[in-house]
Amino acid sequence: MVDAAQSMTQPIRARTTRSGLRKFFERKSTIAFFMALPLMLLITIMVIYPAFYSLHLATLNKSMQRFVGFGNFTFLFKRETFWMVVQQSCFFAITAVIFKALIGFVVAHLVHNLPDKGQRKWRGMLLVPWVIPPAMSTLAWLWLFDPSYSAFNWILAQVGIGPIPWTGDASWARFSVILVNIWAGAPFFLIMYLAALKSVPEQLYEAAAIDGANWWQRIWYVTLPMMRNIIAITTLFSLIVTFANFDIVRILTAGGPLDKTHLFATWAFRIGIEGNDIPLGASISLFMVPILAIAAIFILRDINKRGNEA
Amino acid sequence: MTTVTLDKAGPSRKVRSMSRDRKWAMRWSYVFLTLFAIFFLFPPIYMFITSLKTSSEISAATNPWWVYNPTLSNYVELLTSNQFLTFFKNSALVSIFVVTLTMLISIPAAFALARMRFWGSTTLATGVFLTYLIPDTLLFIPLFKMFATFAQWTGIELINHWWVLIFVYPTLTVPFCTWIMIGYFASIPKELDEAAIVDGASWLQTLLRIFVPVALPGIIAATIFAFTVSWAQFLYPLAFTSSVDQQVLPTGIITTLIKGDVFNWGQIMTGALLGAAPPLIIYAFLMDYYISGLTAGATKG
Repeated sequence: MVDAAQSMTQPIRARTTRSGLRKFFERKSTIAFFMALPLMLLITIMVIYPAFYSLHLATLNKSMQRFVGFGNFTFLFKRETFWMVVQQSCFFAITAVIFKALIGFVVAHLVHNLPDKGQRKWRGMLLVPWVIPPAMSTLAWLWLFDPSYSAFNWILAQVGIGPIPWTGDASWARFSVILVNIWAGAPFFLIMYLAALKSVPEQLYEAAAIDGANWWQRIWYVTLPMMRNIIAITTLFSLIVTFANFDIVRILTAGGPLDKTHLFATWAFRIGIEGNDIPLGASISLFMVPILAIAAIFILRDINKRGNEA
Repeated sequence: MTTVTLDKAGPSRKVRSMSRDRKWAMRWSYVFLTLFAIFFLFPPIYMFITSLKTSSEISAATNPWWVYNPTLSNYVELLTSNQFLTFFKNSALVSIFVVTLTMLISIPAAFALARMRFWGSTTLATGVFLTYLIPDTLLFIPLFKMFATFAQWTGIELINHWWVLIFVYPTLTVPFCTWIMIGYFASIPKELDEAAIVDGASWLQTLLRIFVPVALPGIIAATIFAFTVSWAQFLYPLAFTSSVDQQVLPTGIITTLIKGDVFNWGQIMTGALLGAAPPLIIYAFLMDYYISGLTAGATKG
């Protein structure tokens, strides 16, 4: 860009060249470009390039010396574990997001009903799971699920229920990872819904009350339509994060028993980093892209729509 | 529901029964909230309970929810162990550098994108948001390979050094921080910077003297976010560092305190609690900033 400015001003005398150059550097768009340059470099080198690089990696063989085209993908399609991972990832993400949204919705209403001065205290307590780094809190759950010293099983034993293999049995392990994910993620929904509830004008509820609406009608005809945007965007956000989850499953079950709880991310780690098969690992993680892209398109559409309204 | 049946009884009855209804609704709210609070809080509480126990008390099958002989030995042991202090130091250094770097990149960029139009600035703003949606689990494998190739070309080994995380974490923090800073900057009235420019201030002065002080709450929220993310990140250190002296807290606790099948749960819980302490302390003092950052990301745009 500097070259272009120089060549344009070349025929004119040297003094004007310098001032022309200076003018170029004083132009608003130039300054803005340089202010945003570090951001662009970071995104290009550390996000966009690796994203496309993983596409390239996915087409190589294990030693990364030979081009195999779609070989890795066809290999994956033939493996039973792969289809299990697809199934488990979708089941995990959808179930967890639905329960997080439901719990968030209910608790947000409960907190919203409280007198104003009590709300802060409750909100503060209910958000704690969101603040603790997931790797740390999952350790607590791992200990709560411990095969021989599980504190849950101790309580259950008091009422005469036999020990539950929280992480040992496939179905229970699936239940456990979803439970921990709900525990860690529900506060996010709670805080988003609470912010949305606060923005619903009180007059709408008064009008509904005058029209004789009961509580169910108030939620269905006033609250939900007013919160629709936030609900959509929070759900999509959470869908992305849950679908791409790594920490919880890695620490709680590491994919076991018998790969039954693997998600795309944990399986890609197992194959790509631990198993030293980088191309296959890259191919596995690329399967997250379609779902992420669909969610991203919807989020973007929603944000643009609201941008136009404003 | 009862108000409907009592309608005929006259206005005074109705008002009283409504207030009684509300009182009951309130009581039920508290009951359910308490149940949810228990659900949300018992894991950290159980961490604390376990951290006060000795190994022998943990392996004696007594009531796990009660401490019979509380002791601080787990804390003393961890806080005097060089290994644990190294993890803590690595985590702290990485987080401080990442927060600084994030702010240096995202504040000027957000200012440029919110106030100074240039070719492609709207596309870039959308692009920043899209990058925020790309998860770390998609990038760790290509990044791992990129670092290995980089070492082959230049001889500088990036894998297995804690400082490599300083360059990796901004991919997680910068897009979100830029995005919420664009929102905060856009909400500042245009007259303010126009007046400054008319008075002869340069763009940089406008940013430093006007936008940064006015948008300080937003900057604090973004800082807290960046710190929390870099403190909690688990996948990148797990993939990129392996030596004990290069680990950060989350991976350090898991790889060193869990030795084979021997789980020293008292120490693991203590380590996890100490690791969770910095974000919790920040949260306790700056809850409102924390929440505003959380909600701003999705509600402003």
